[in-house]
Amino acid sequence: MSRPVVLVRYGEIGLKGANRPAFERVLLKRVQRALAGLDEVRVDRRHGRLIVRLAAAAGRPGEPDGDGTLAEEVCQRLARVFGVVSASPAAETGLDLAEIEAAAAEALRSAAGGRPATFKVEARRANKGFPLDSQALARHLGAHLLRAVPGVTVDVHRPQVTVSVEVREAAYVYTRTVAGPGGLPVGSSGRAVLLLSGGIDSPVAGWMAMKRGLELAAAHFHSPPFTSERSRQKVVDLCRVLARWGGPVTVHVVGFTAAQREIYDRCPPELGVTLMRRLMLRVAEDLAAREGALALVTGESLGQVASQTLESINVINRVASLPILRPLIGLDKGEIVALARRIGTYDLSILPYEDCCTIFVPRHPRTRPRLEEVEAAEAALDVPALVAGALAAVETEVVDA
Amino acid sequence: MVRAVYLDNSATTRARPEVVRAVVSALEETYGNPSSPHGLGFRAERLVKEAREAVARALGAEPGEVVFTSGGTEANNLALVGAAHALRRRGRRVITTRVEHPSVLRACERLEEEGFEVVYLPVDRLGLISPADMAAALTPDTILVSIQHVNNEVGTVQPLPEVARVLGRGPGAPAGAGTGLPLWHVDAVQSLGKLSLDVRRLGVDLVSLSAHKIHGPKGCGALYVRTGVKLRPLLVGGGQEGGLRAGTENVPGIAGFGAAVRLALAEREEAAARLAALRDRLAEGILRAVPQARLNGALAGRPSEAAPHIVSVAFPGLRGEVLVHALEERGVYASTGAACSARRHAASHVLRALGLDPAAVEGTLRFSLSPLNTEEDVDAAVAAVGEAVAALRGLVRR
Repeated sequence: MSRPVVLVRYGEIGLKGANRPAFERVLLKRVQRALAGLDEVRVDRRHGRLIVRLAAAAGRPGEPDGDGTLAEEVCQRLARVFGVVSASPAAETGLDLAEIEAAAAEALRSAAGGRPATFKVEARRANKGFPLDSQALARHLGAHLLRAVPGVTVDVHRPQVTVSVEVREAAYVYTRTVAGPGGLPVGSSGRAVLLLSGGIDSPVAGWMAMKRGLELAAAHFHSPPFTSERSRQKVVDLCRVLARWGGPVTVHVVGFTAAQREIYDRCPPELGVTLMRRLMLRVAEDLAAREGALALVTGESLGQVASQTLESINVINRVASLPILRPLIGLDKGEIVALARRIGTYDLSILPYEDCCTIFVPRHPRTRPRLEEVEAAEAALDVPALVAGALAAVETEVVDA
Repeated sequence: MVRAVYLDNSATTRARPEVVRAVVSALEETYGNPSSPHGLGFRAERLVKEAREAVARALGAEPGEVVFTSGGTEANNLALVGAAHALRRRGRRVITTRVEHPSVLRACERLEEEGFEVVYLPVDRLGLISPADMAAALTPDTILVSIQHVNNEVGTVQPLPEVARVLGRGPGAPAGAGTGLPLWHVDAVQSLGKLSLDVRRLGVDLVSLSAHKIHGPKGCGALYVRTGVKLRPLLVGGGQEGGLRAGTENVPGIAGFGAAVRLALAEREEAAARLAALRDRLAEGILRAVPQARLNGALAGRPSEAAPHIVSVAFPGLRGEVLVHALEERGVYASTGAACSARRHAASHVLRALGLDPAAVEGTLRFSLSPLNTEEDVDAAVAAVGEAVAALRGLVRR
């Protein structure tokens, strides 16, 4: 008698010591959250694996997940949980050879779908109390499957179906493994504030930050009438996509019109972007303090635009005391776009609402600003008042998937 | 928030209370299917019939010549594609203008993909086509001519009587005219309720209308199809609307359209005069408040050829989109170009066809009035424009 489960693998090389139990606790919570609403599943933690038991709570213990749709749904959701390395829909059996044989035959039949197929068996005996070792078990099951399943032949090099068997406190038989996103479970690394513009890059940067276990709050700088309600909605929609991966995102919409006008009116146009970015970082740091966040995250990629030369980044960076994480720093535009498509933010990011703000982007921004000239230009501004004004105009909402 | 001043009536209008009552009553009480044999179905059918009569009256047409559609876009699609497909063996040339609504232009592109040849007539600085261009483009294999009545972006009124003369239509036309080709379609979505259009006197074969531009509900429009004109339907099914538009009738929408068109017809002459006065007050007020502003379309040079409800103004050096949001902050709703293009990147094809320079195209706003607007609305809008432009002035990209 076998029970339908999904076997969840996690953990990366180098994750050890005291980190591990904390990681596991957070991951368990994240997986449970991702599977919320599926009342037939229960998650157990066992020996370096999570076991998602299907149909356990539905009052039909032991009844297999008929057509596998529940397992499929679970795997799809797990594919969005950071920290999950891979997942396999599996049959769990007792440590009884006949039960394992039956489960393996059923798995191969189902994977072959009634057509002739080549297969091999991969066995792993982690439980040394089991009488057959890994190789002996693989050989034994291979021979059994050739007898039990019509039309199948062995091909150890390029099999169409690989029947995997893991023998632990119970045995697990499966033929399919779905890749997870890897990384660390969201929350295991703390909180950070993402500067989210609505373009292609910053949502991807946020996603990569979440992938390394950061819980996100987003700061969006809104400049009505230069940006519209639609551009603001676009940012909320982007956060909704991010929330599908990493859980709820708190969005702070910062009223930035007055600050941009001050910069525009009082400072040399070619330094406008530099000064604006410095002001944004100051506001974001204050938001980070409110959020208990220990880092800022930006979508900067080295050399991509004028504000992203090393000189610019240096001058802009000076105003911040928190570390600024730039997960895209080494990526090319094409790589960022590919990630944005995979994450699901690309189609939103390319909506054209954002460009009204271009009025503040000078025709010839300084690509290599010097710190002294920027600080001199900034002296024309009442920076604390502008930051306070922007913070006073913050509207906050929590966006869930 | 300040009192809202809605001057985007060419995008859509607020439904009038009589319209809302007609729609709600059709939803709650006369909810039968007009094709059903029982009394409830009959009453729904009667509702549709009454609306059909009201729309026909507005055009001087027979009720049997009115086909209800899902709106102006479907009416234009049905007119263009339906006529071209029905006449494909008679010829392959279609004549239209460069300033038509996208629902005409995209339909023409579809026809071009299918092997039809479409001639797009140019317009002058004011947005007017030249009847001579039209005469020159006419060939024996021209099957369809589609000319809008009022341009939705700048309000220029095309010289339909002259087009009729070129096509040999209208009162002076020889007997038997109107049975031949080409068919003549007029997109009258923007003129309904503002300008008169008598299909018999003009000698037009197809006319597109929309309910929500005259305080009716969205999702309802009509195509006038002159008796004897054959179209190939776009939607096939249960044979409703004389087989030209299958699908259970949108009874609530049609009832609302009927109510709206009755009001618009009863009030048209008075409304047109009042609208023209409001339009002039608005245009003059804006030019006074912002001396650099420039009017677009016929209003700039031949006000007699300008629709009474549309004021298109260029504010060179400003971005129309930003100005719209700045006005919105002051409670005034206007539009850049047309509502349909306000969400796209492309610069207005109409303004470019008029030969405006890029700065004027980028800085153009459209204010569109309805009979529900007042002088106070106009004065508030003028004040808001003055303030917004002053606040944005100097904020040009440098």
